[in-house]
Amino acid sequence: MSTRLRKAGLPYLLLLPGLGWLAIFFAVPLCYMAFESLKAGTLETGYLFDWNFSNYTNAISDFSEQFVRSFEYAGLATLFALLIGYPLAYVIAFRGGRWRNALLLAVIAPFFITYLIRTLSWETILSDDGLVVDTLRTLGIVSEGGRVLDTTASVIAGLTYNFLPFMILPLYASIERIDHRLLEAGYDLYGRRRDVFLRVTLPLSMPGVVAGTLLTFIPAAGDFINAELLGTPNQYMIGNVIQSRFLELNDYPTAAALSFILMGIMLIVVLVWARVAGTEALLGTEGEAR
Amino acid sequence: MEAGTAAAPVRTRDETRGPIRLGRRLIDVGLNVYAGLALIYLLVPIAVILVFSFNDPRGRFNFIWQEFSFDAWKDPFGVPGIGDALWNSIQIAVLSTLAATILGTITALALVRYEFHGRAPVNFFIFIPLATPEIVLGAALLSMFLNFGAALGFGTILIAHIMFNLSFVVITVRSRLIGFDRSLEEAAQDLGASPLQTFRLVTLPLILPGVVAAALLAFALSIDDFVITYLNAGATITFPLFIWGAARVAIPPQIYVIASMIFLFTLAMMLLTVWQQRRAERMAAVRPEP
Repeated sequence: MSTRLRKAGLPYLLLLPGLGWLAIFFAVPLCYMAFESLKAGTLETGYLFDWNFSNYTNAISDFSEQFVRSFEYAGLATLFALLIGYPLAYVIAFRGGRWRNALLLAVIAPFFITYLIRTLSWETILSDDGLVVDTLRTLGIVSEGGRVLDTTASVIAGLTYNFLPFMILPLYASIERIDHRLLEAGYDLYGRRRDVFLRVTLPLSMPGVVAGTLLTFIPAAGDFINAELLGTPNQYMIGNVIQSRFLELNDYPTAAALSFILMGIMLIVVLVWARVAGTEALLGTEGEAR
Repeated sequence: MEAGTAAAPVRTRDETRGPIRLGRRLIDVGLNVYAGLALIYLLVPIAVILVFSFNDPRGRFNFIWQEFSFDAWKDPFGVPGIGDALWNSIQIAVLSTLAATILGTITALALVRYEFHGRAPVNFFIFIPLATPEIVLGAALLSMFLNFGAALGFGTILIAHIMFNLSFVVITVRSRLIGFDRSLEEAAQDLGASPLQTFRLVTLPLILPGVVAAALLAFALSIDDFVITYLNAGATITFPLFIWGAARVAIPPQIYVIASMIFLFTLAMMLLTVWQQRRAERMAAVRPEP
C-alpha cells in the first residue's frame, strides 16, 4: 500500500521544484502586479492600494494609440515573416537534401548575435548615407534627402527580421513531417501543382503556420527595442510606454495596468488561435503517455 | 535520401508538354531564388557586424565604413566597463542554464513518464510564460521585488533568467522524451539495476541529446536577454545592458568585436554538438538489430 502511495506521489514530487519556481517567480509576481495596478496616488505621496480600476480605463484611453500601433506593427511583421519564411522553410524541407542541417543552422544563426546588436546592424545598414538608402534614392523610391531610418518602415523591417527564425523553425518542422506519399497521391489524381499545394501541403503545414505566427506575433507586439533604435517617439509601441512608466517615470500602477491589458489581449489571441489549430499542436503535447 | 523521394513527383510531372514544363521550371527556379534571397536577408546583418568589427570609426558611432583596422580585435576589452558586463553575462548564463536545465529536465520527465491527475493544467501553466510578452514577465517580477523592497542586482537577474528558461527547457526536453522506449528501463531493472543506476546508465544517456539541446538554448537565451534583465537589473550591467547604454551615447567597435566572438563561439558549440550527435548515431547504427 505504502509503495503504491509513494508511486502515486512521485510525479508530483518531481514536478514540485520546477513548478514551484514558476509559481513563486511567475504566478505570484503576476498577483503582485495585479495588486500594484489597483493602487492610487502619486510618486511623491506614494502609491496605496485602493481598488483603483480607473488605472485600467485611463491606460486604455491614454495609450490606445500605442496599443493599436503595437498590434498593427506586430501583425504586419508577422505577415511579412510568413511570406519570407514559408518559401524558405518549404525549400529547405523538400529540396534541402543533405544541406538541410547546414541551412537550418544558417536560419538560426541570427540568434547567435546579440539581439540589440542585430538591431544596431540594421541601423548601420539603413543609415542615411549607407548603400541601401543611396540605392533607393537612385531608383527614386526614396526621395532625395529622404530617410529610411526612423520611419515606420524601418521599425517593421526590424521586427520582421528579429523574429523571422521563430517563424521559420516551426514551419520547417511541420512541412518536413508531411508524408510525401500524400503529395504523390495528389499528383496521381491529376492535381495541378497549385491544387496539391493548396489542398495538401498548406493544410498539413497549418500547425507550423499557427505556431510560427504566434511565436512571431507575441514578442513583436511587446517589443520596444526596434521602435527605440530604428524609430522615433512617433513609432513608439506599448512596450516603450510600459518600460518608461516603470523605469523612468516610476508610475508603477499605470505600467502594471498596461502590462495586464497587453497580457490579456495576448491570451485572447493565443486562445483564438488555439481553437483554430487545436491545443495539442500548440502545446506540443501530442503523443504523451495517457 | 528523403529529399530524393521528395523531388520524384516533380520530376515525373516534368515529363508533360514543353511550354508547361518550361513554366514549371521557371517557378521551380524562382522559388529557389526567393529562398536564397530570404537566406541572404537573414545573414547580411551578421556579415555587417563581422565586417564593422574591423572598422576604424571616426566619431562616436560605428555606422559608416572608414578604414580596415585590427585595433578593436587587439584590445576587445579596451572600453571601460565592457569586460565586467560580459563577465556578468557569462556568470548569469552559466548559472541560470545549470539551474533551469536540471529543474526543467526533472519536470519534463515527470510530465511524460507518469500518469497523474492534472497534467493538462500543468502543461498549460508551463506554456503561459512562453505566451506572455517578455516585458510583462519582467514587469511582474519587478512589481514583486518592489513590494518586497528587494535589492535589484545579480541575484534578481539570475532568478528571472532561471524563470524564463524553465519553460523552454521543459518543452525542448519533453519533445525528445516523447517516443522514449520505457521497456529499456524495465529491462535494466529486471537485470537488477537500482532506480538510480537505471537513471544514470539508461535514462540519462538516452535523453542526453535533448538535455544538451535545451541547455544550449537556455544559454543562448540568457546571454542574449535584454528586456527582462533591463527591468530587474538595478545597477548591475550585463553585456546587452551595456550595449543599450552605449547605443545612445557612443558605439565603440569593441561591442561588435565581442558580439562577433559570442557568435563564433556559439556557432562552434552548435557544430560540435551536431558533429557529436552524428557520431553517436553512426555508432548506434553499427550495433546489430535487436
